[in-house]
Amino acid sequence: MIGAYLSIDREDALRQAHEADARRAHGESLPLLGVPVGVKDLLNVQGQPCTCASRMLEGYRSPFDATVVARLRAAGAIIVGRLNMDEFAMGSSTENSAFQRTRNPWNTGCVPGGSSGGSAAAVAGDLAYASLGSDTGGSIRQPASHCGCVGFKPTYGRVSRYGAVGYASSLDQIGPITKDTRDAALFLNVLAGADPHDSTTIATPPPDYLSALGRDLRGLKLGLPDEYFIKGMDSEVENTIRAAVEQCRALGAEIVPVSLPQTEYAIATYYVVATAEASANLARFDGIRYGLRTSSDDVIDLYEKSRSQGFGPEVKRRLILGAFVLSSGYYDAYYLRAQKVRRWIRNGFDEAFTKCDALLTPTSPTTAFRFGEHLDDPLKMYLSDIFTATVNLAGITAISLPCGFSSLGLPIGLQVIGPALGEETILRVAHAYEQSTEWHKRRPNLAAQG
Amino acid sequence: MKQTMAWQADIGLEVHVQLRTRSKMFCGCPNKFGAEPNTHICPVCLGYPGALPVANAAAVRLTAMAGMLIDSEIKLYSKFDRKNYFYPDTSKNYQISQYDEPLCLGGHLDIVVSGESRRIGITRIHLEEDVAKNTHFDTNSGVDFNRAGTPLMEIVTEPDLHTPEETLAFLQALKQVLQYGAISDCNLEQGNIRCDINCSVRQIGATQLGTKIEIKNMNTFRGVFRALQHEIPRQIREIERGGTIVQETRRWDDAAGRTESMRGKEDAHDYRYFPEPDIPPVLLMERDVAQWRSELPELPAARRARFVEAYALPEYDAGVLIADKEVADYFESTVKAGAPAKAASNWIMTELLARVSEAGDSITTLRVTPASLAALLQLVEKKTINGTTAKEVLVVLLAEGGDPAAIVQQRGLAQVSDSGALEGFVSQVIAAHEKSVRDYQAGKQPAFEFLVGQIMRLSRGKANPQLARELLKKHLG
Ligand SMILES: [Zn+2]
Repeated sequence: MIGAYLSIDREDALRQAHEADARRAHGESLPLLGVPVGVKDLLNVQGQPCTCASRMLEGYRSPFDATVVARLRAAGAIIVGRLNMDEFAMGSSTENSAFQRTRNPWNTGCVPGGSSGGSAAAVAGDLAYASLGSDTGGSIRQPASHCGCVGFKPTYGRVSRYGAVGYASSLDQIGPITKDTRDAALFLNVLAGADPHDSTTIATPPPDYLSALGRDLRGLKLGLPDEYFIKGMDSEVENTIRAAVEQCRALGAEIVPVSLPQTEYAIATYYVVATAEASANLARFDGIRYGLRTSSDDVIDLYEKSRSQGFGPEVKRRLILGAFVLSSGYYDAYYLRAQKVRRWIRNGFDEAFTKCDALLTPTSPTTAFRFGEHLDDPLKMYLSDIFTATVNLAGITAISLPCGFSSLGLPIGLQVIGPALGEETILRVAHAYEQSTEWHKRRPNLAAQG
Repeated sequence: MKQTMAWQADIGLEVHVQLRTRSKMFCGCPNKFGAEPNTHICPVCLGYPGALPVANAAAVRLTAMAGMLIDSEIKLYSKFDRKNYFYPDTSKNYQISQYDEPLCLGGHLDIVVSGESRRIGITRIHLEEDVAKNTHFDTNSGVDFNRAGTPLMEIVTEPDLHTPEETLAFLQALKQVLQYGAISDCNLEQGNIRCDINCSVRQIGATQLGTKIEIKNMNTFRGVFRALQHEIPRQIREIERGGTIVQETRRWDDAAGRTESMRGKEDAHDYRYFPEPDIPPVLLMERDVAQWRSELPELPAARRARFVEAYALPEYDAGVLIADKEVADYFESTVKAGAPAKAASNWIMTELLARVSEAGDSITTLRVTPASLAALLQLVEKKTINGTTAKEVLVVLLAEGGDPAAIVQQRGLAQVSDSGALEGFVSQVIAAHEKSVRDYQAGKQPAFEFLVGQIMRLSRGKANPQLARELLKKHLG
C-alpha cells in the first residue's frame, strides 16, 4: 500500500537476520545488531539491484557495497531492501520514480516528499526501523518532514559517498532517516568517518554523537532568520514553527534574530550547480558497459537512443540545463556566477554563526502535497527545497524533526541548522526539543485509511 | 611571375607521457602494459555508478619532479577538472584532467641541433588519466579498459621549434630527461609517449604566427619528423599558390606519407570543462616539494661534466657513456666495484656497447654484470691475465656469466709470471732464432719485438709480457 521498497531480497534478509541471531546468541554486542534497515536505491548493495528508480539501470546488479552499506553491516544491521526515490534523486515528491508511486503513510493521497521518499515512508510506515537517504538539496530532510520522521543531513565530507550513485558530487551527502533523535545520533556514530575511497571525506575523527544528547538548551544562542518566513508559506507551518521556537526559549535557549539575505538566491544557484555536475555524473549511462542498451550500428546513435529511452523527463530536463550552463559562452554567466553566489551563501552562514550556535527554520514551506499537484509545474516543485538547499550549498549540517501537525493531520518539520561539523550542537537542540514534546511518538493510522 | 619568399615554420608540441607508477591514476589497478584485454579493471576505472576516483600521490610526485627537471614552477595549488565528451574511449564520458590550474607552469629544455644550442620554452605540464583503447573489428568494435586510467602527463611546449630536425631533437632530449628522472619508461612501442603537433608557417620577419594546423595522435618520433617534412612545405605551397590556411585538425597517414584533414574548426568540441567535484584540489607543502627536489637524479649534462672531472675521462668517453642512462649507471657500478675508470670506459664502449647494439639488448640484460666486469679488469690490472686473455674471458662471461677469476683458473689462463718457467721459453726462443738475436745485437729494435712475440706464442699468450721483455734483455745482455 505504501510502495516504499523497489526491491527486497527475502532470502538474503532472512540469512542476515539468522546471522544476527547467532551473533547475539554468542553474546556479541554491536550498535545495530539485528536492526532492519532499508537503503535508498542509489546505494550499491553487492549483488543486489541499484536502479536509482530509473529504466536506465533496470536489471543492473551492484558489483560492490557502498561504504555506508559496509558500515551498516559491520555494525550488525540487516539490509532489508532498497527504497523508492525520484529518478537519480531528481525531484521532491518521489513521483519521478520510473517504477512506482510511494504514498505518504499519514495520508495515502499525498506524496511522501522526495527525493528520498521511499526512505521516509518506510520509517513512518514501520517498514524499516530506520533507513538511509541522500540529501543534495533537501532530499533527506524534506521527506522526513513530510512523513513525520527525523532526517539528518551531515556536514559535507562527514559521511562517505563511495558507492552512492552521484547526482551532484559537491552537494550530495548520505544520512539516516529515523524515528527519533537518539536513533539519528546512533546511526551517525556508525556512518560518520573518513573513507580512503572518497577523498572528499573529512579526516577529523568523529565524536560520539550520543554523548551530545540529554542536555537542556541553557547557554545556547539559536538564530531565527527572517528570510525563512516568507510570503505565501503555509500559515499553519509558520505558526507551528514559531511555537517550536518558543518551546526552545522555554528550554533555556536565547533566541536571536539573524539575517540571511542570500536565501532567495539559493534555488537558482542550486539548480545551476547541481545540474552542471549531474550532466557529467550521468554521462556514464550510455549503454556501453552496463544498463539499458538499444541496438544501433552507430555509436552516437546508440548513445542517443539509450539515453532517450532510459531517462525520464525530469532527468532529461536537468541534464540539458546542466550541459547548457557549462557550455562555451554561457559558463561565466551561469556556472561561474553560481560558484560566486555559493561562496557568498557560505560566508552568510559563517557570519550568522558568529551570532548564534544554530539556526531554527521550517524544513519546508508546506506540508505534503497531493499526487500530481506540482507535476505540471517544475518551478513550484523546485520551491519545495527553498529552506534546505542553502545548507547543501554551504556544505554545513542540518536536521529535520517533527514539531507538530496541520489541521489535516499532516506532519510539520522543524529544521535545526548548524555550522560545519556542528552535528553535536544540532543533535543537542533537536533532542532537548523532542524530549519536551510528544510529536515523535505519534504514528500514522494506516488501517484507518483503508 | 612567381615570387619567392622565405618562410619559417613555428611548431609546438603536446607530448603525452605515461608515468612509471605501480597503480593507475585514480584506482588501485596495476599500471601494466600487455595484459589480456580488460583484466586490469575495477568499478572506478570502468566508471561504474557510485565509484569515486582517488588521486595517485606517486603520479603527482613524478609530474612535479618532471617539472623540476625542465625548470617549471611547481604550483602548490592545482586542481583536477572534468573534460566532457561522448566517446567510448572514456568510461565516464568525461576525462579527468587539469584545465586552468595545472601542476607545473613554464620551464624550458635545451636542445643541440647541428652543433647549435637552442632553448625551447615549456608552457605547462598537467596531469590526467589515459583513455581506453578501441579496436574495430569487421562488424563491431571492442574497448580495452586496461589502459584507461593510466597516469598521463601532458607537456605543452611554446611554438619555439622551427624545423623537423629541431622537433626530433626536442623529443629525444625530453625522452632522455624523463628516462633519467625515472619519470617514465618512455617506451614508444608501448605507447608511453604520444604527441599532437601544432604547426604553422609565416614569412620570415612577420611578427604574427600563421594559422595553426593540429596533427593529432603521433606515436613515433620518426612519424613526427616525416609529418612535419610533409606538412610544412604543404602549408607554404598552399599560401604561395594564393590559398589560405584554415584552422583544422589533420591526421598523419604514415603509409601514404601525407597528412589529411580530420575535422575543421567548426567541428571542434566544446568540452564544457568544470572543476572535478569528487577530488579536492591538490595542495602541496613547500616541504614536500623541497624533499622531491633533493631526490632528483642528476641530469645528463651534469653527469657528463662529473664523469670528466671525477673519473678523468675524455669528453668523448663521457658523452658516449651518458647518452643512455643505463650505460652510465653500468659504468659507475663497474668503477664502484673496483675497476679502473678509463679501462672500464674503454671496455664498455668497445666491447659491451657493440654487443648491445648487435643484439638490440639493453646493457642491463647482459650476462656480464658490473661486478664481474670490474673483477675481470682487476685481473688485468694485477697482471694475473693480459688483455688478450681478458677478451677471451669476456666471451665466456657474455655467453655464460660467472666469476672471471674462476674462469681463468678453470681454463688455465693465468699469466705466466714465474721467472723459472719464462726462462725456459726465453732460452728456447734464443736458440731457435739466431739470426734475430744477431740483428738485435746489431742494433735492430724490431728484432727484439719479434723475439718477444715468439715468447708469447710459445706460452700461448700467457706470458707476462713485461717480465718476458726483462728476461730477454738480460739474456741478450
Ligand atoms: Zn581500476
